[in-house]
Amino acid sequence: MAAFQTPINRPILSRGPLSLGGFLFCAGLSIVVMWLDQRYDYLAGVRRGLSIAGYGVEVTVNTPFLAWRGLSDYFATRGRLLKENDELRSHQRETDLKLQRFDALEQENLRLRGLRMSTEQIAQKFLVGEIMQVDLDPYRHRVRINKGSHDGVQQGQPILDAAGVVGQITRVGVFSSEAILITDAEHAIPVQVNRNGLRTIAVGTGNLSQLALPYLASNADIREGDLLVTSGLGGVFPAGYPVGTVKKIDREVVQTLASIIATPAAALDRDREVLLVFTPEQAVEPVPPAAPAAAPKPKS
Amino acid sequence: MSRGDHFARWPLFASGFAGLVLGLIPLPAWLDMLRPDFLALVVLYWAIHVPQAGRLWFAWCAGLLLDGFRGVVLGQFALAMTVIAAVAIYLHLRIRAYPIWHQAGVVFAALFLYHLTLWIVDGWSGHPVTTSARWIPAVTGALVWPFVSGILDKLHHRF
Repeated sequence: MAAFQTPINRPILSRGPLSLGGFLFCAGLSIVVMWLDQRYDYLAGVRRGLSIAGYGVEVTVNTPFLAWRGLSDYFATRGRLLKENDELRSHQRETDLKLQRFDALEQENLRLRGLRMSTEQIAQKFLVGEIMQVDLDPYRHRVRINKGSHDGVQQGQPILDAAGVVGQITRVGVFSSEAILITDAEHAIPVQVNRNGLRTIAVGTGNLSQLALPYLASNADIREGDLLVTSGLGGVFPAGYPVGTVKKIDREVVQTLASIIATPAAALDRDREVLLVFTPEQAVEPVPPAAPAAAPKPKS
Repeated sequence: MSRGDHFARWPLFASGFAGLVLGLIPLPAWLDMLRPDFLALVVLYWAIHVPQAGRLWFAWCAGLLLDGFRGVVLGQFALAMTVIAAVAIYLHLRIRAYPIWHQAGVVFAALFLYHLTLWIVDGWSGHPVTTSARWIPAVTGALVWPFVSGILDKLHHRF
């Protein structure tokens, strides 16, 4: 034992090998690092280094799941594949039908936009990313996506899936990046009711199947079943993508604001693959979703 | 003769890696809420059983890695890990003498301190998580301590 080897003039009940200086140094270093990271942007390099180191661990965690998926695909039964094929074929027929009208509509839309001198962004380029099977934090809706700055991912980039908006990129690593889902309690997305163009903001609730619309007056023209689409305001999300459908409206006579709950359109808890959207100009500085605008600043 | 004098480093890093991986493996949501802080338990074990000066740095680096993963403000987990490692090193002789369930009690206190630190920094950095469920891992961590400690004992004494 280290305590028995200490010189005789030390107290018998040794305090062990804890050096107060070492502790103060480590704790002080943590606090300085936190302060630098919170207030300034000096530590981007450190984060990049950590993300590379962490990528190895993430791949370790992810690989067995990938292998399992590969195995189960390999041994898929004939019946299941046939059924899946049927489903996909009927799905494709529907999509083809819609697409027939799409080209004409797009041309018309561009002409009309030209007439109105509209500068609204239209998303054009997509990158398919895969959600990695790692749990980041049970109380925050963050996911890790296997594309990083190596693939051209940028901070604030919107993420979609086949059904609607999923979220946006919060931190870009080299090979992977972190995204916040629209249901995270710290996320808000500008939306508009597709039926009448009523604009508002959909806020995450911390529940994967719920969005809240807290800023609409009790007499606002909104009904259950209304489709909410991105309004394109704020410059992060391209306009016109489905966000969710209104599920429940509570209009209390004594309250000024209605309490409205919507269901997200995207399959947030089931997605494996997502689309990272590149809008033509990413010049608009993305608003960090975690901006503590609502949270009171600590007095420093 | 202290074991620590020729203490092989690799069990330390291997167990740290295992702790990180166990913290990231995807689980169903209800189980995820119960998930103990394995990396914190590993850090506590080595702080108690091989309390050399380097343990604080081990704790700090483990915490910083965790910061990188969780996407929180850098230094949050590093600070929490440093605090519990310091407490464990300070009390290591006493803790070692306790029976295992008594040790689990001390581990609960340490994990509580760990989450208290995280909670304070969460509030300071403007990402408060106020649900009381966030304290559950302190309890489950104390409950799995005898097992974690037993496994790490094997690793520690064999090499």
